[in-house]
Amino acid sequence: MTDTALDTSAGLESPRDGSPDVSREAPPPLGPRELVRWAWRQLTSMRTALLLLLLLALAAIPGSVVPQRDVDSLAVSRWRADHPTLTPVYERLGLFSVYDSAWFSAVYLLLMVSLVGCIVPRTAVYWRALRAAPPRAPKNLRRLPAYSTFWTDAEPDAVRAQARALLRGRHYRVARDDPDGQPDAVSAERGHLREAGNLLFHISVIVVLVGFAYGQLLGYKGGAIVMVGRGFSNTLSQYDDFNPGSLFDPDGLAPVSFDVKDFDVRFLRSGPQAGQPVDFAADLAYREDPASPERDYRLKVNEPLQLDGVSVFLVGHGYAPVMTVTDGDGNVTKGPVVFLPQDASFASFGVLKVPDGSPEQLGFEGMFYPTYASTGQDPYSAFPDALRPVVSLFGYYGDLGMDDGAPQSVYELDTSGLTRFERAPGNPVRFDLEPGETIALPDGKGSIRFDGYRRWVKLQVSDTPGKGLALSGMVLGLLGLMASLFVRRRRAWVRVTRQDDHTLVEVAGLDRSTAAEGLDDEVRRLAEALGAPALTDTTSSSRRATP
Amino acid sequence: MTTADFAVISDRAIMFAGIIYALALLAHLLEWAGSLSRPAQAARVVVTTAVTTGAPAGGATALEPPPPAGEDQRALRVETAGRVGVALTAVAAALHLTGVVTRAFASDPVRVPWGNMYEFTIAGALGVSVIYLALLRRLRLRWMGLFVTAFEVVVLMAANLLLEQAAGPLVPALHSYWLAVHVGAAVLATGAFSVGALASTAYLLRGPLERRGGAVAEMLPSRDALDRLAYRVHAVGFPLWTFAALIAGPIWAEYAWGSYWNWDPKEVWAFITWVVYAAYLHARATAGWRGRTAAIIALVAFATLLFNFVGINFFFGATSQHSYAGG
Repeated sequence: MTDTALDTSAGLESPRDGSPDVSREAPPPLGPRELVRWAWRQLTSMRTALLLLLLLALAAIPGSVVPQRDVDSLAVSRWRADHPTLTPVYERLGLFSVYDSAWFSAVYLLLMVSLVGCIVPRTAVYWRALRAAPPRAPKNLRRLPAYSTFWTDAEPDAVRAQARALLRGRHYRVARDDPDGQPDAVSAERGHLREAGNLLFHISVIVVLVGFAYGQLLGYKGGAIVMVGRGFSNTLSQYDDFNPGSLFDPDGLAPVSFDVKDFDVRFLRSGPQAGQPVDFAADLAYREDPASPERDYRLKVNEPLQLDGVSVFLVGHGYAPVMTVTDGDGNVTKGPVVFLPQDASFASFGVLKVPDGSPEQLGFEGMFYPTYASTGQDPYSAFPDALRPVVSLFGYYGDLGMDDGAPQSVYELDTSGLTRFERAPGNPVRFDLEPGETIALPDGKGSIRFDGYRRWVKLQVSDTPGKGLALSGMVLGLLGLMASLFVRRRRAWVRVTRQDDHTLVEVAGLDRSTAAEGLDDEVRRLAEALGAPALTDTTSSSRRATP
Repeated sequence: MTTADFAVISDRAIMFAGIIYALALLAHLLEWAGSLSRPAQAARVVVTTAVTTGAPAGGATALEPPPPAGEDQRALRVETAGRVGVALTAVAAALHLTGVVTRAFASDPVRVPWGNMYEFTIAGALGVSVIYLALLRRLRLRWMGLFVTAFEVVVLMAANLLLEQAAGPLVPALHSYWLAVHVGAAVLATGAFSVGALASTAYLLRGPLERRGGAVAEMLPSRDALDRLAYRVHAVGFPLWTFAALIAGPIWAEYAWGSYWNWDPKEVWAFITWVVYAAYLHARATAGWRGRTAAIIALVAFATLLFNFVGINFFFGATSQHSYAGG
């Protein structure tokens, strides 16, 4: 695809004026017909590649607008509930999973094919060019974009030798002495790294994709909410959500386990950003495998625990009020309940289910406010830290709907079989509880008590094999890219001829990179180094030197 | 000095930078107005003489009457206005720099001054001024003064009115030196791409303006020069963007979120921007796409960059893990 990607060869390869002088330069290795066919093929594939690139950009857009199952499955189910008519259409188009949909894959696979179809022949061309000698000097150097000439009394051979040394010193590849082909001229060329960089960059793109695909297929990513003070061991049953790659083997989970011993969070108490977290960290005691000794680690947001084959990240935190529910028969259920934060103030929503409640099952749903505040009827949280924790719940009794065996979310209460505790129809009882407070449920159905709160941390446990490959590919790609953009491809010729008793020195240069500048300066400096009087510009010099 | 003092200095410096950019803009407007009136007149003279004498265009120049007596003075006024514009831009940029630097000291602990959208905008705009001033001589960018100062005035005003945010410490998610690296590179790349977009716009306008025979076209460099300039600036921005979005970003994401690529809306759009700029670089080397089409692709790429910054932060940011970029 990259025939002349990032690199237009001007002048010699595409003579605009069609002058014989110019076209004789750089004899094409193929006949004219093949050359045309070759050029045409390259051109069309490049055009196709360009279209594919733009198509890839276009195809990536829907995934940033429509919620993606792999990114946020909760958002997907919410969206589906809100748009019942569009959902089947979107489903068919794979819009909930754009980046592994058939059409997205088709675009990038085609692009990859086009890329390989370009890299392979270009590498061959480059390999030949690398070993070929710099092309001979055109007959009429004066036609080249930069040209300078002067008279000297030095011997031609001496000037040529000096030119060779000079060009070598300036990192040119200089053609070997060629008494038969061009006895009077020196040819030199530089900037082969440009094409090498170009090839390296395009190869790296493939390396990165291979590394990425490898990680996607063989890696996994799971999330778990762990109560502070409790532990986690790396088995499937411990995860709240788990996204394995299609080729991931669950037996390959690293046998790591850990306890969350402590959790600190500090919030800004004053200033314009009051309420913003300053820092949070969890203290872990972990074992890489059951046999290894226990170690401590302080887990922070940008400081994951990285072990062989698994990494543990702290991605969030929240509150778990400890609730005690006594049912009508006097049975006690007690424990911390995870409430999910709804906003930056950590006002959190949660559900409490008492399936063992008798004579009837009990259920509660409502909010936890770490710093309770209220204007009129609506309570809210004034600060994310637990300065004045209050639990505010609505209660239900009846059938929780858990007995038919269908899985139920612990964050949702199915109220279809439940009756709300109400003072009067439409006027529910709200149980607002401070720590240590107990409220009796109406009609002798028991009581509910808020004992206090604990904190939980949301941990992400994941393994992404192939990330080293992807990273090295990306770094090499960047180096290649920079070479392909900034290295200048340049050719230079020095022709030295004896005319009467004097020696005429001609210096000419040709840029083969897009937008390169400074060729005139380069040629002038070369001429001056070979003994030309200091000149101000190359065009006037050519006039002055004419005998 | 306390952090609050630094915050005040930063706000004042940015405000005065905005005012001085506006004065520079005024100077450049005078420069353009002055030089626009002259060549138009000259052109009219050439046309009328050519018509009345029937001489070929080459001969018409010879028949042109000598410039009127006020011409030298006018040229001097134009030159002075341009120089004043550049000088004022330099002063404004110095204040702008002060504003950005003091912003770093306006929070405890000291941090890089690009922790939120306001700061990113201010820093990116500084990048544009600095690139313009640094390349002014080498690439003969005087023509760009009008556009750069107009850009700065608009951007600083928008930042102040819409994005202004009191200085303060960073959220824990940003406690990482990758903030300096990842966002710093993105700021630089955005500055380079903005200058590139200016050059590409000028390139696209140059043709139609020239055909209409307006003198505005003569204020701009040749199309070739504009195309080369656009390419060179983009060629600097592209590796920077590659590094910011596809190397530093994923490394940080791997540390912070446990996965180096998450198909987060911001990542998706950074990728889209990258792909479209890559298409620009390829288009510039492809027959039939070179020139106009390539310039349009560059502007589309810049639009995706802006959308990522504004659209994603404001409209689609709800699901983005980059949400703190907006706040």
